[in-house]
Amino acid sequence: MRRSGWLILGAVALLLLPFFLRNYQVYLGTLVAVQALAALGLNVLTGYAGQVSLGHAGFMAVGGFTAAILQMQLGVPMLLSLPLAGLFTGLVGLLLVIPALRLSEIYLAIATLGFGVAVQQLLPQLPWTGGHQGLNVGMSTLDGWLRWEADFGFFRFNEQVNFYLFAVAVSALLWWLARNAVRSALGRAFIAVRDRELAAESLGISLARTKSYAFLLSAFLTGVAGGLYANAVGYLDVTTFGLGYSIQFLAMIAIGGLASLPGSLLGAAFITLLPNALSGFSQWMPGFIYGASLLGAVMFVPYGLWGAWLRLRGRSRGAMGSIRRALGLEGKPHA
Amino acid sequence: MLELESLTVRFGGLKALDDVGFTVRKGEIVGLIGPNGAGKTTAFNAISRFVPVAGGQIRFKEQDVLRLHAHGLARAGISRTFQNLGLFPHLTVTDNLLLGQHHRFRTHPLAQLVRPPHARHEEAHMRGKALQLLEQVGLGALKDAYVMGLPYGVQKFVELCRALAGGPQLLLLDEPAAGLTSGETEAMRALILRARDEFAATVLLIEHDMALVMRTCDRVVALDFGKVIAEGTPDHIQQDPRVIEAYLGQPEVPHA
Repeated sequence: MRRSGWLILGAVALLLLPFFLRNYQVYLGTLVAVQALAALGLNVLTGYAGQVSLGHAGFMAVGGFTAAILQMQLGVPMLLSLPLAGLFTGLVGLLLVIPALRLSEIYLAIATLGFGVAVQQLLPQLPWTGGHQGLNVGMSTLDGWLRWEADFGFFRFNEQVNFYLFAVAVSALLWWLARNAVRSALGRAFIAVRDRELAAESLGISLARTKSYAFLLSAFLTGVAGGLYANAVGYLDVTTFGLGYSIQFLAMIAIGGLASLPGSLLGAAFITLLPNALSGFSQWMPGFIYGASLLGAVMFVPYGLWGAWLRLRGRSRGAMGSIRRALGLEGKPHA
Repeated sequence: MLELESLTVRFGGLKALDDVGFTVRKGEIVGLIGPNGAGKTTAFNAISRFVPVAGGQIRFKEQDVLRLHAHGLARAGISRTFQNLGLFPHLTVTDNLLLGQHHRFRTHPLAQLVRPPHARHEEAHMRGKALQLLEQVGLGALKDAYVMGLPYGVQKFVELCRALAGGPQLLLLDEPAAGLTSGETEAMRALILRARDEFAATVLLIEHDMALVMRTCDRVVALDFGKVIAEGTPDHIQQDPRVIEAYLGQPEVPHA
């Protein structure tokens, strides 16, 4: 099947999905869409531009609280609070360009970890964030349409389904923006900075500007994801947005596929759904299987789940193609 | 076209370049030679604005290069290659060439997010130019190949091509023939000559293959311990006692 065919099929499947599921499962679907968006943001930053971040949950928290406060204190509707949350988080993301221009790899990871911890400590001290009790997120009265209920036989709409469709639509729109970015001259500049900074500079690529765009775009996407998260879950607690959550995002893009946008979705689905799928087992088993499958996925599914999918389809594009060629596998049956 | 004047670069207490001065005139191919550690690559890195300069001047067409950022050189008309290759291995040959043209893109990076028509036209136009250049130098068949899978020698040609893609007036080539077979070296020499004759690039090159330097360059500058020890035509340089000494070691009888 052609590319566009798969894309349409995937979109239709995502839109029909909630009507087959129970409310809690629809909610999980919403969480996947939201976390896929945050993972997409991290993949732009880490997978493409090569800037490792251990503070990604910090962006998510900034976006979540910004959206919640705008909605609750100023009555801003979600269609406006989400982009504003994204923009504000984007500006906060620009602060991290300062360490990113001096540090790389593990040192940058520690600097971003510091950012994540600082955000987590600072947020409860600010007004309107609910302090250490957390914040029950309220929507603006203008968002009443999300509570619309209707029953057309198979197509039953309720708040869960509506919000799922809304989250998928927002994620799809931002997905399109990110895809345009990474396929343009800007995306090439990201990869150039990731792979060889000096060569990139000699070609006229400003490290400061390119890293700024990477942090801005990444934090914007993640900030919007944070705003969606706040509304999906309905409750914000800073302790959620700690190091563990940041590492989950790294796991998502490593398992889904670095520098691959579809990989972000697959990784987010894997990380979000697996613990739930395993919840029927006895106490220690879910954790064990979860851990073991992380280990297995990284060891035995090279180039992530998206790479595995490409291999399954026998396509040899992207990183897969080059590696198949480098290993002399080109034209041979799937290895 | 390029003028270095009493250029000094220090690494701690070491003077990597000590009062270095030479000129490259428009349309010339100039060789920069010297034993390992003589300061050749440091000179390139100083011109590229990768290392801080302790003193002296670098001028390119009346422009003060020391006032430019490293990322401002491509637009000013200076392109370079790297001793250990500066290609992006995970990208195709065409995408590498498009990065060579990066400084010519006019679409604002944030406008790329919505992929406006002019950005698409620009991308298509640049891609067309990259493909045309690849055809012109006989690498057209490699346009969709990933750099990572190409043999080392081929990568050297792709890198020179990428430098040409930016339309430079001055090309800095750091050991273009290192690691090449004799057949490839011959082809590289032809491409360097074409870079000047067809692409109107002035060339400054570092090279250890003396036969290549002597046959290709109009003039040669020899460095040793960070100082210019000789400058002149290839014939003149080959007979210069200081150059022979630098390459072969101290003669038993110090020359007068």
